Amino acid sequence: MRKHSDASETKTKSGNTLLPVLNNSSTRRTALKGAAVALGLAAFGKAVSPLISIPENVSVDEFLQQHYKQLTDDDKKAIFARLQRETKEDYGADVVITDPRPIPGVKFVYAINLSKCNGNGKCMEACNEENNHHRGTNQSYIRVLEMTKGSMDMGKGTTDFNHTVPQDDKFYMPVQCQQCDNPPCVTVCPVEATWKEEDGIVVVDYNWCIGCRYCEAACPYHARRFNWEPPEIPSEEINPNQGYLSNRIRPQGTVEKCHFCLHRTREGRLPACLEACPTGARVFGDINDPNSDINWILKNKSVFVLKEELDTRPNFFYFFDS
Amino acid sequence: MSTIETSKPVDAATPNYARSYLRFLWWALGEATNGNWKFYLWMFVLTAIFLVGANAWAYQVAHGMIVTNMTDHVSWGLYIANFTFMVGVAAGGVMMVIPAYLYHDKKMHDIVILGELLAISAIVMCLMFVMADLGKPERFWHLIPFVGRFNWPMSMLTWDVIVLNGYLLLNLHICGYLMYMRYLGLRPNPNWYVPFVMLSIFWAISIHTVTAFLYCGLGGRPFWNSALLAPRFLVSAFVSGPAFILLTLVILRKIVGLPLDESPSRVLIKIVRVTILVNLVMMISEVFTEFYTGGSHTASARYLFLGLHGHTGLVVWIWTAIGFNLVATALFLSPWIFSRNVVLVSACVLSFVGAWIEKGMGLIIPGFIPSTLHEIVEYSPSLIEWKVTAGIWAGGLMIFTVLLKMAITVFSRRSSVN
Repeated sequence: MRKHSDASETKTKSGNTLLPVLNNSSTRRTALKGAAVALGLAAFGKAVSPLISIPENVSVDEFLQQHYKQLTDDDKKAIFARLQRETKEDYGADVVITDPRPIPGVKFVYAINLSKCNGNGKCMEACNEENNHHRGTNQSYIRVLEMTKGSMDMGKGTTDFNHTVPQDDKFYMPVQCQQCDNPPCVTVCPVEATWKEEDGIVVVDYNWCIGCRYCEAACPYHARRFNWEPPEIPSEEINPNQGYLSNRIRPQGTVEKCHFCLHRTREGRLPACLEACPTGARVFGDINDPNSDINWILKNKSVFVLKEELDTRPNFFYFFDS
Repeated sequence: MSTIETSKPVDAATPNYARSYLRFLWWALGEATNGNWKFYLWMFVLTAIFLVGANAWAYQVAHGMIVTNMTDHVSWGLYIANFTFMVGVAAGGVMMVIPAYLYHDKKMHDIVILGELLAISAIVMCLMFVMADLGKPERFWHLIPFVGRFNWPMSMLTWDVIVLNGYLLLNLHICGYLMYMRYLGLRPNPNWYVPFVMLSIFWAISIHTVTAFLYCGLGGRPFWNSALLAPRFLVSAFVSGPAFILLTLVILRKIVGLPLDESPSRVLIKIVRVTILVNLVMMISEVFTEFYTGGSHTASARYLFLGLHGHTGLVVWIWTAIGFNLVATALFLSPWIFSRNVVLVSACVLSFVGAWIEKGMGLIIPGFIPSTLHEIVEYSPSLIEWKVTAGIWAGGLMIFTVLLKMAITVFSRRSSVN
């Protein structure tokens, strides 16, 4: 111990300092250093003071909440109640959050008839409303590509067309989550915040996602969205029928994606985008049901999937009528 | 146990290594914060920049990632670009360790700790850049093995968590042990550090390989989906790492005034003379494959080098990088690199900045442009992103400065005692 103070004193005496008075006393130097550290810490505290928004917005319960698959029924009840209360506080809307589970034996598949789709974009509007998307950016899980006839090259297509549809030399191709059987987004997630359920739907636990956006980089279909800001929705427009893993209002800073409207489809209804489509281009159903329309289409039409060479094995098919 | 105790001259009465180690850290930290006016000015400027960055980050957390210019199309930006580059700088420090320990270069051995301290600072910066990029930083604990849910071995990001933190611990142990032994006036026991040094050599390779695998494993991003990515990452890391160390050595000699031997610098220059050329060959190889083959896979490269459909956001960046790299190569290969500091400093700065652009804005961003649906949405960082990035760089440089001063104090202390 004695040796150390010797060493520091020798150092101080030989040190070339800004204020000569410091050479006289190592304790004065220590005091000045202490003051500098205190000042630095105070400045740091001031600099990071906006972080107070975390404890203000994130309750202890939410911070400590476990992964969806570890939650008991009681946990879920408490969490859903908390989320409903928060939605009331933040958005002024009374909502009901449920957790519909996959129907045993059912596997959902989607198909789009590209001969019928005319690019009217009603599916995107319906998605925006059904899934409580941010209103300002017209967010939706669907992007409709206007493609040039004679080419399947997306590079020759565009999504920001703004003219009457359909154009004679174009065809229209909506793209949304393909609910792949070999989903790269699920593989890359470092915290298992996204997974594939038994009915084929890839879901996200919005309360577990850390917001690293690796899944967004991995998805070959631009199917994932990040909540760059808290979604703004007028309270009267909020869809009160909400699924915990689907259309409940997502927290800022987490990733979301199309979930085939599981809060509807697992209850026997159809996806909102299908109901809204005026052309009848969309076909949805259970691949395991031999009498379903979707089964008939997969058997009788020359269907194809997007980017088949990537071996993502989509459950989303496209076909032309003739 | 008893033999160690008897050979201990300091703290012999209290055989409590934990306490004595903490006392050593406290003492070294105290010593490291002594200095002349240049040192205090340097630390003051860095502190100021760091505080600006910390404030910008806190603002980003409070207002959401909307304050960045990232989008769903370009979902990674300046933070991940800098993260990728800093992993390379951390790995580049190994180019001192290999000559020192595998080739028994005595002079390099004397200052090898500089490379290890650089690795520590760079890894801390990497971790800060990842934190800055998270949409939900308060949920970072989900990433901790056994505490959260760790998608290992499938997610390459979990591998990155392991190798980066492992590399940090390895270097903390090596540097901490060697400095502590010097402080106690003891001869370091090779059993306690040489195996870790050997491990750290392989580990250095692994951190940059795994980081490359993050990107090249994505089939949906043809620009990254190249087997050359990991080797190219390593080679450019072995340019940027040694370049930074060379600069540090010049500063220590000329500004701090340490009487350092010239021979480690010569070894590093000879290493960079090779790696900088290999890096150029690899770049030419990639450019050839992209442009000669053509097709839609080329779209990102075309956007990067030439612009695509009138969008040219990255063209200036990449040609600046190529220009810097070519000039740096010429300077490194010239004979004046050994004799003139101005040539050496210019070559190091140009190659360092060149690699930073090439691996950051020139690699991460074009992977997203055009998007997977071939939409073109351009990206340039927002002011907040620049502030946070500058803050992290300042923080990293502060850590590096303090660690270096600790090492210099400890190592010069022994010689003065003798």
